[in-house]
Amino acid sequence: MKLLLDRIDEPGLNTLPVYERRGGYQSLRKALDMTPEEVLSNIMDAGVRGRGGAGFPMGRKISFLPHGDMDKYLVCNADESEPGTFKDREIMQKNPHMLIEGIVIASYAAGISRTFIYIRGEYAMQADILEAAIAEAEAAGYIGERILGSDHTMSLVLHRGAGAYICGEETGLLDSLEGKRGNPRLKPPFPAIEGLYHGPTLINNVETLATVPAIIRMGGKEYAELGTETSTGTKVVSVSGDVQRPGNYEIELGIPSRELIYGLAGGPFPGREIKFWFPGGSSSPVLTKDDLDIPYDFDSMAKAGSMLGSGAVIVIDDTHRVLDVALKVAKFYAHESCGKCVPCREGTNWTLKMLQRIESGEATPMDLDIMASVQEQIIGNCLCVLGDAMAMPIGSMVEKFRSELEAEIEAARERAEGAELDDVIPIGVADEHAGPFPVH
Amino acid sequence: MSATGRRRPVPRFGHGSRVPGWDDAVDLTKPPATVPDPALTPVPPGLKEEIEAAMAKYPDRRSAAIPALHAAQEVYGWCSPEAIDQVASVMQLTPAYLTSVATFYDMFSTVPKPRNDVYVCTNISCSLLGADEFFEAMLAAAEGDLDVNVQSFECLGACDIAPMASVNGEYVGPLDVDDAERILEDLHGGRPVLEHKQLRYRRSADPGVPEEETDFSSPDRETTEMTDTAGLGPEGDTEDRPGPTAAIEMTTAQLEEHPEPEKATDEEEHAATQDPGEAEGGSSRAMEEGQ
Repeated sequence: MKLLLDRIDEPGLNTLPVYERRGGYQSLRKALDMTPEEVLSNIMDAGVRGRGGAGFPMGRKISFLPHGDMDKYLVCNADESEPGTFKDREIMQKNPHMLIEGIVIASYAAGISRTFIYIRGEYAMQADILEAAIAEAEAAGYIGERILGSDHTMSLVLHRGAGAYICGEETGLLDSLEGKRGNPRLKPPFPAIEGLYHGPTLINNVETLATVPAIIRMGGKEYAELGTETSTGTKVVSVSGDVQRPGNYEIELGIPSRELIYGLAGGPFPGREIKFWFPGGSSSPVLTKDDLDIPYDFDSMAKAGSMLGSGAVIVIDDTHRVLDVALKVAKFYAHESCGKCVPCREGTNWTLKMLQRIESGEATPMDLDIMASVQEQIIGNCLCVLGDAMAMPIGSMVEKFRSELEAEIEAARERAEGAELDDVIPIGVADEHAGPFPVH
Repeated sequence: MSATGRRRPVPRFGHGSRVPGWDDAVDLTKPPATVPDPALTPVPPGLKEEIEAAMAKYPDRRSAAIPALHAAQEVYGWCSPEAIDQVASVMQLTPAYLTSVATFYDMFSTVPKPRNDVYVCTNISCSLLGADEFFEAMLAAAEGDLDVNVQSFECLGACDIAPMASVNGEYVGPLDVDDAERILEDLHGGRPVLEHKQLRYRRSADPGVPEEETDFSSPDRETTEMTDTAGLGPEGDTEDRPGPTAAIEMTTAQLEEHPEPEKATDEEEHAATQDPGEAEGGSSRAMEEGQ
């Protein structure tokens, strides 16, 4: 069943006439005929969980907003930067009005009059398309004062970012939207209480908001029939890496992961085998080929020790080294760490240096233990989860592929014609041995 | 961001690659720069209006910092001290504040850089499929090219066309090492870059999406006619095209600069039915005329 990718390749779908011809903005009319409470209860009944990474139920998030007449804000998080994720890009590029309709309905349910879309700066084409779609929707009266004759008034502003992964974190995003460096904030207070411009703020991912028109159209209870009991609905999954048909696939949550990777994405290239895979972007702990029969939904992934995250499957086959992937992961987070919290700023950089020591033949197997302990010290000790997002996959790679990494260490030492094991000074003992690699 | 792209000297400025001020140590005896006086800071009219329009969109004018810096970088090619001063005078903020913002984000450059940006994604999915080799090839091809800034970038959100690059904002992929030269040729020729590999022409991979047959491969350069289906009516497109669905809206200013070559397109379509080889030449001619 396709809700989000339904005939998404139809030419001209990004324009209002085609979207309206397909029944666009009918959900908005239906929602405006209901009370905001009824709309909210539909979203609650639907049980739709946030598609951005954390998987928090959208209805409950809205219910946390205080009632009253203060300025409240809705921010659509379109800063899609999690490695491996490209689902929001396709939705915004090909069906922008579905997102806009979802934003208008959500703002009605939550009593919000100012809304923003924070889109990552690299998505230039998508930003242009959204800008044009917003102008169309404003001209048609779907955004603005007293929408379609109701009492609901709202505005929508598209805000382009400028290239920073941390701005996908909700409080970093708020700071960036306020025109500052995108540093995360201390929580609590949570954005629902004190967010953008100190006002209560609802922050949702593009895919979550784009689901809202379908929920209103079908009714929350009927939407909840899709998927599993705790992971309702459909989800667009981005499959990439060593698969034959990379791309976005809309699935009902709860199908076996094997069906997703082999059935839809075509599986690995001929003659190769899956070695391991990230089920939810590069921040999720890796799973191996033995985990392919786990159902693809929020709770099954959590039970397997990983997470569904943003719904980005990255497949790595047996021709690649674990070390190379770990280096890419560590380099990414070391670069993107905003530098505000010490465990993350130092932890990501030292993890990268330790991995580079393996590559240059300076490491000992003991380094793997130090690396694992560094990961433990990052998790839960920072304002946001960027550090955790490196610690979890690196920790899982060290745990699941320890023998391969040990062999890698030995091989690199031989390659480097290194000294005996005893001559290598462990990391931290002498700084000149800490690795010569500057990190940017 | 890797340092590779940004640190390359750019000797295009008359006084050498080193712009006064940026490489000198801060003079701590001087008082800090205050908000520049608008009367003493001339700002190009277009830029000033753009920044003021951005400020009007938000409840707090500071929210316009990123849009304003985008606009200034568009005008000057990089966030130069003059550009930051001008933004500061329009927004009534200190240059230090804006510099702190500009240095945080990867897309702003506080050192001079060539005007054309080639961001090569070297994150996991792309590197699994050869992005590192492509990045090396791209660096080698652009060696000494003063108009092209090659930078390795973190995930650009297009792993379905891995390995990929963003050339002045246009996503292209999947790339192989031979494409590095072609990207430069297209850039210097003023043509759309690697048009047959542009993301905007890519269909959804999900087999459940289009009711008709699905073509997973990227359109072939020789046989595919590239036409943007922007602005199609509700009837849609009767022809089977490689899959553009995105109407690309042009601003009035852009339209003035690039008038729609309507007549040329008709002729070219006519030619396409006769000889696909000729159509390819015809379409590139039409593009050049259009620009």
